[in-house]
Amino acid sequence: MSVVSTLVVIAVVWLGVVNTPGWAAVQQSFFDPQTAIDTFPAVLLGLWLNIRILFFSAIGVAVLGTLLAVVRGLRNPVFFPLRMLATAYTDLFRGLPLIIVLYLVGFGIPGLGIFPRQPPEVWGTIAIVLTYSSYVAEVLRAGMEAVHPSQRLAARSLGLSHAGTLRLVVLPQAIRKVTPALMNDFVSMQKDVGLVSILGAVDAVRSAQIAQAETYNFTPYLVAGLLFVVISLPLIRVTDAIARRQQRREQIGGTV
Amino acid sequence: MSESVVLELRGLRKTFGEHEVLRGIDLTVHRHEVICVIGASGSGKSTLLKTVNLLEGIDDGEILLQGTDIADPRTDVDATRARIGVVFQQFNLFPHMRVLDNVTLASRRVHGIARAEAEATARRLLDRIGLGDFAGAYPDRLSGGQQQRVAVVRAIATSPELLLLDEVTSALDPQLVGEVLDLVRELKEQGATILMTTHEMSFARNVADRIVFLHQGEVVEQGAPADVLDRPQHPALVEFLSRVHA
Repeated sequence: MSVVSTLVVIAVVWLGVVNTPGWAAVQQSFFDPQTAIDTFPAVLLGLWLNIRILFFSAIGVAVLGTLLAVVRGLRNPVFFPLRMLATAYTDLFRGLPLIIVLYLVGFGIPGLGIFPRQPPEVWGTIAIVLTYSSYVAEVLRAGMEAVHPSQRLAARSLGLSHAGTLRLVVLPQAIRKVTPALMNDFVSMQKDVGLVSILGAVDAVRSAQIAQAETYNFTPYLVAGLLFVVISLPLIRVTDAIARRQQRREQIGGTV
Repeated sequence: MSESVVLELRGLRKTFGEHEVLRGIDLTVHRHEVICVIGASGSGKSTLLKTVNLLEGIDDGEILLQGTDIADPRTDVDATRARIGVVFQQFNLFPHMRVLDNVTLASRRVHGIARAEAEATARRLLDRIGLGDFAGAYPDRLSGGQQQRVAVVRAIATSPELLLLDEVTSALDPQLVGEVLDLVRELKEQGATILMTTHEMSFARNVADRIVFLHQGEVVEQGAPADVLDRPQHPALVEFLSRVHA
């Protein structure tokens, strides 16, 4: 039944699009198989850069995001200035559009002339880490707050230090509680690494742009887009599975 | 006599805002002694245990653990807590760790005992309470009584000088209370020093060396179980017992 309805929907949409007056022209400039085949290797090579940026960004975000979340969770009044700084940081970078952070970091910081020259992908990675750390910090903080205070009490009563309690008891439970949200941020970051192309880094998007300039055909963008979808699919599926499993566990006793 | 004193409280005071919860508590706990603190809710029982473990600061008084004042601000709080075992009403096992890791956490991370040795000790203790088969399970697979017994084992795994048990049976179904109390009784027979709060009067009568009645933040009566429970002097204790027995 679901197969039939799916096929019907696809057929209707397909016929609707194909019968538009401009379809022939659009098909020519966006869905040209020969262009796709010709530009695929260059775009794929560019994607390798995206994957490397993603790898280092993920590590950077994990470190900085955790640090920010921990600082925001400090309760001792002595840490008030630190806590305020972390709060200001997360407020600022969650509000700033990534593309502006990219410009500021990618063109502004090298302009200061105090750092040795770095390729644009390095600045791009830094901009992504700055932005995504603020999101991840907020997610983690919510997770830490969801860990019951009695867990800290139990850990401290065993003689664990504040740091040990965080590392061994609070953070592991917090991360489990917010895994779906963290995965979602990761998927979002996975496609946003494509924005480093605006700094001139030759990634998948930039490679597609170069190919487009040579062929006067937009198909390379489609190729790049599809490649991004392909690399994000496994994680999206895993995220779904984890969320489903958690839901099942938490709703033992029946759903309404 | 004095060298057998494990814990001595002198003039302990604790205020929450306007409310004085502990109003000058004096209490001595000797080695191998089991002391049951009884009293109505709000009498300060739980706060008393929390202050001994430094989970609550005090406003005045001294807490002497083996003769050293641990209420002193210069005390190494973590090192002191490591010498005291605590079991809470709500078990508070770590849900993300296997039973075995719950039990070995303090040994490995606080006392620096090698994993193999810590696990051998933990398995021996778990076997003794009949939960050896659950060593690899997560706490949510266990019943409340089983979880609380694991919590007790977790607290004694590092051989603490003093064991604090805070209403350890209050969150359990009636048929599970016995298995936890039997374990406490067994610990007493092995020579543990225990300061506990409880509502289980028959347990207090049979197991406690001394019963301490707390009323509005003060120790108003203490002594052997038979004296305190059968020949109460203070009107507040008389009233408390009449309600508990009813």
